[in-house]
This record gives sequence, structure tokens and C-alpha cells, in this order.
Amino acid sequence: MAKAVRRTVTRAGKRSAAQEEYKKFIGRKIFFMILLSFLIILLLGVIVTLGPLDITILEVYSAIIHKFFSDYFLVDELTSLVIWNIRLPRVLWGIMTGIGLGISGCVMQAVLKNPLASPFTLGISSGAGFGVSLAIVLNLGVIGGAYIVIGNAFVFALLCSFFIIGLSAIKGATSETLILAGIAINYFFIAMSQLFKYFATDQQLREMAFWGMGDLGRFSWHQFSYVAVAFIICIPLLMLKAWDLNVMTVGDETAKSLGVNAEHTRMFIMTVSSLLIATIVCFTGTIGFIGLVAPHMARMIIGADHRFLIPASGVLGAVVLVGADGVAMNIISPVIIPVGVVTSLVGVPFFIYLILRRKRREFWS
Amino acid sequence: MMIKLQVRDLAFGYASTPILENVCFEVTPSKLLGIVGPNGSGKSTLLKCMDRILTPQCGSILVDRKEVTKMNRMEVARNLAYVPQSSIRVFPNTIFDTVLMGRRPHLGWLSSEDDEEKVWAVLKLLGIEEFALRSFNELSGGQQQKVLIARALVQETEVMLLDEPTSNLDIWHQLDVMNVVRSLVKKKRVTALMAVHDLNLASKFSDRIIMMKRGRIVGAGDPSSVLTTENIASVYGVEAAVRTQSETPYVVPLRQIKMEKRRTHLT
Repeated sequence: MAKAVRRTVTRAGKRSAAQEEYKKFIGRKIFFMILLSFLIILLLGVIVTLGPLDITILEVYSAIIHKFFSDYFLVDELTSLVIWNIRLPRVLWGIMTGIGLGISGCVMQAVLKNPLASPFTLGISSGAGFGVSLAIVLNLGVIGGAYIVIGNAFVFALLCSFFIIGLSAIKGATSETLILAGIAINYFFIAMSQLFKYFATDQQLREMAFWGMGDLGRFSWHQFSYVAVAFIICIPLLMLKAWDLNVMTVGDETAKSLGVNAEHTRMFIMTVSSLLIATIVCFTGTIGFIGLVAPHMARMIIGADHRFLIPASGVLGAVVLVGADGVAMNIISPVIIPVGVVTSLVGVPFFIYLILRRKRREFWS
Repeated sequence: MMIKLQVRDLAFGYASTPILENVCFEVTPSKLLGIVGPNGSGKSTLLKCMDRILTPQCGSILVDRKEVTKMNRMEVARNLAYVPQSSIRVFPNTIFDTVLMGRRPHLGWLSSEDDEEKVWAVLKLLGIEEFALRSFNELSGGQQQKVLIARALVQETEVMLLDEPTSNLDIWHQLDVMNVVRSLVKKKRVTALMAVHDLNLASKFSDRIIMMKRGRIVGAGDPSSVLTTENIASVYGVEAAVRTQSETPYVVPLRQIKMEKRRTHLT
């Protein structure tokens, strides 16, 4: 016992300047994550106040807490209704979508070792787009009824990425194979969608174009459960692979020499993240840019360790998307611009700023 | 004498092109084995096969009499460490995180205090502690090579495979890296296999040398018995003078042997 104590003391005593600096560095990463989480809660409150009906930020939080503790924080019926049925779902949906896009962008960049990879690299958006065209123009769906468009988008998004993953399973799952196959399949499905567009009526064209732009307004509490299930399954699976992802970014040979089966890990990650993205894309349509940029922003700020990078990419994705959606809804109110347009318009200048500001070292180290 | 590492009848090839054929050798513990040979002679392929980065077609690799070809990847990583040539990273990690990756074969999801202590100890040992929070791409070639050696060291294996650790380094850093490897062999009882281009470095630092040509071992033994004028002529096609300096041979290349003449040497 005494020996053990002495050992810790000497260890701590011997801690060098570099070790101290490292501890601080880890501390800063954790601080940054906490800061971002608070930022999201704050952003949620602020954005819910925006709109034709005046709501204060206090009322927003009161209405939310009231739902869970019905004796406290009373707010009037109408305000509560507007918050719970109109404004909050949209913001929550934005948070979920942002997290999903950020995380899958992050893991895809890691396994493909490519900074240009995004959730849509494997042609998921064009696959989904094709499914949507099929539903809108030919009224052909995997499932009928009200969910025909969503069902088609989901199935074709997955079909597309599974085809590529299957192909690479035969041919050896190197990042080059996956990227090239993804680009090829992307063009194929875009061409197929264009073929449909050529024969579509004006109304159908409008619907297809609208779907393509990506929007957060198609959310209902019922759909929430589907996405929640996908999140609960997929995100822990991706987080569990954080170490392997760190090793994978160095290269397949190094990964293998450190005991990680690079090909298997790559296919596993692609499958899980495709599932996550397909679930989101079928409800929102293609919201570009977030999945590409959120991981880069996170990496510039907290470094390349995926144990921190995966959650940080998700939360940053949510912050950017919710912020952009706040702008999209209110900048020329009452017209709501599709959020996909705003993410790019707002995100690009900010991203360029980050690139220019980027030092050779990580931001905070 | 105990044998640490034994390779028997190892063969590897792509389709019908054989890259390695009938490779056999043994290494005793705590020795540095230099592997020399011309470009494309199979030095790197041999190391990759031994670490199962490439899957050999046949043959066996025994570490402490345990069959490496029957191990799963994690077990291989706990028995053999591989030091690749350094290259620029797309997503550079910090030096600390890069070295911590070497703990992967021993690690759960969280790295323990113990793992981190081991990383610090190795960083100190190699004198690169001050760079711990720098990004990998910022370091010079020699420093990068030391980082990769550090990563292999925290794997805590008894066998280390190094793929041309001194290529692209100036002579000061060549000696620096070689001295690091040398002292690991002596002090940490590591058994090291090192592919190396520079015959004089191989001669100066290796306990034994194997010379390869077209996927086969054509000479093995201590440096003075392998690095001979005849071997260098027949394997490299170069006429060279071999002198002796502080009891080790050193090679002064003189001229290329004309192709016709080289052929006759080969057959």
C-alpha cells in the first residue's frame, strides 16, 4: 500500500513539462465538447423564439421542462402548442440530421483516407434521388401509400452503397476502389434520374427539385422514432471503432501491423454509416456540405483522435445545420429557403476562413 | 543457442510472378539482422510477409516456436512490430497519439494511465518527448522515423521489422536512427530485422547480414563474409572495392559491370 502511494507520488513528481501540456490539451478537448453542447441548447432556445408568434427564450425552456414535470414552469396553451408541434420538432430534426451527417462524414473520411469524402461519396444521394424519381414519376414504390417517396429514397440509397461495398468485397476494399466505384455509380443514378426528369410533368419536376434541395420541414414525431432507432444502433457501433479509425487514417499497412483488419473495418464502417445516412436522407433529402465540412472543422479544432473527433463532428454538424436553418427560415420571412442552400452559402465562407487561418499545428495546441 | 525467429520455405508472389522463393533463415535473440539486395529483390516483401501485411503462399514463420501464419492479426501485432517508411499523412495525428496507436494490440477503448506512461517513457528514451503535441507532418524525416520506431516499441514485441529506416535521411540522422535501433537490440533485448539499401550502414550496425536477389537469399553470415567483391558483383552488377575499417568491411563502388559481363556472372 505504502509502496503504491509512493510510486504515484514519484510518478506525478516526475511529470515533465510535455506531460503537463498534454494533460491541458486533453482538458481543452473536453472543455470544447461541453461548450459545444451548451451552444446547441442555447441555439435551440434562440431559434425556437423566432417566428410570427412572439415567444421569449424563457418560455421555450419552460415549455420543454413543463412537458416532463407537469407541475412546474407553466406556459400558456398556445405557446406550448406552437413550440411543441411546430418549432421544436424542426430544430430537433436539425440537430439529429446535423449529428448524423457530421458523424458519418467523419468516419467516411477516415476509412477512405480522403479529405474530400462525405456521406454522399458512395452515391447515396443520387441513389435516393433515383428512388424518389421512380416514386414521383412512375408511382412505383417498394412500399405504397404515404411513405412511397421516403421508402424508395431509403431503399435505393442503401442499394446504392451496398452495391459498392459488395463490389469492393470482391475486388479488395481499398479506399481507391470504393471512391471510384462511388463516383461511377453516382453518375449512373444521376443519369437515370435525368431520364425520368425528361419525361416528367411540371408538377413532378417541381416535387423532384424540391426533394433534391433538402429540407427540415417534413418532420413529424412519428418519424422521430425511426431515426432514433438508427441513431441508437449506429452511433455506438461507430464510436466503438474509434481506435481502429485512428489507425486506419495512417494507412492499411500500418493498420494491419497494429492488429486491425483494414478491409473488414472499412466495410463495416461504410455499412453502418450508410444505414445511418440513408435513414436521414430519406426524410430530409440531400443536405450537402455539412457532412464534408463539420469533420474538418472539428479536426482543425480538437485534432485527429476519433474518440473526440466523432462526437465533435456530430455536434458541430448540428450547430451549423441548426444555425443555417434558423437563417433559412427567417432571413426573408415568411418565405423559407431550403436549408441545403443556406448551409452552403453560410458554411463556405466560414470554412474558407478556417482554411486560411489554419496553422500547421492544431488550433489550440 | 536459442532461436528467436525462424523462417522456413517462405514463398510469395502475385499471380504467376514469384516475388519470394524458398526463403529460409534463423535469427538468435537480441541480434540485428540486416537484409540487403538490389531494388526489387524482395527485401520489403519479406518483411511484410513476416508481419502478415501480405499473406505468404507457403512456408512458416516461427517466433519463439509459435507459428505466426496461424495467429490472428492481434496476436501477430503482439509478437512482431513493423516500422514502415515514413510518409506524409492526410490527417496528421500528434506525435503522442501516433505513438499511442502502438498500444492498440493491448488496448481497450480507453487508454489507461499505464498505456500513456509507456508512451511517455518511450518518447523520453528516444529523445522526442518535446515534440509530443506536434503534428506528425511537421517533423523532419529523421524525427518521423524515430516516432515510427517509438510506436513499434510501445507495442512491446520482442521482434521488430524495419523497412529501410534510413532512406531519405542525411548521414547524421542515418547514424542517429541506426544507433537507436542498435541500442534497442542491446539494451531492450529486441531482435531486429532491417531492410537497408546502404551496404556500409548494414555492415557497420548488423550482427548478421542476408543478401537477397530476385526473391532468394544468395548469401548469409556476418558482414565480412557477405559483403565481398564477388557477391557485390554478382548481385548488384557493380564492381566494388571492399576495404576494412574498424574491423567492419566497407564498400566503395567503382563502376557498373557491363550487361554482357553481368549476365555471365549470373549464369
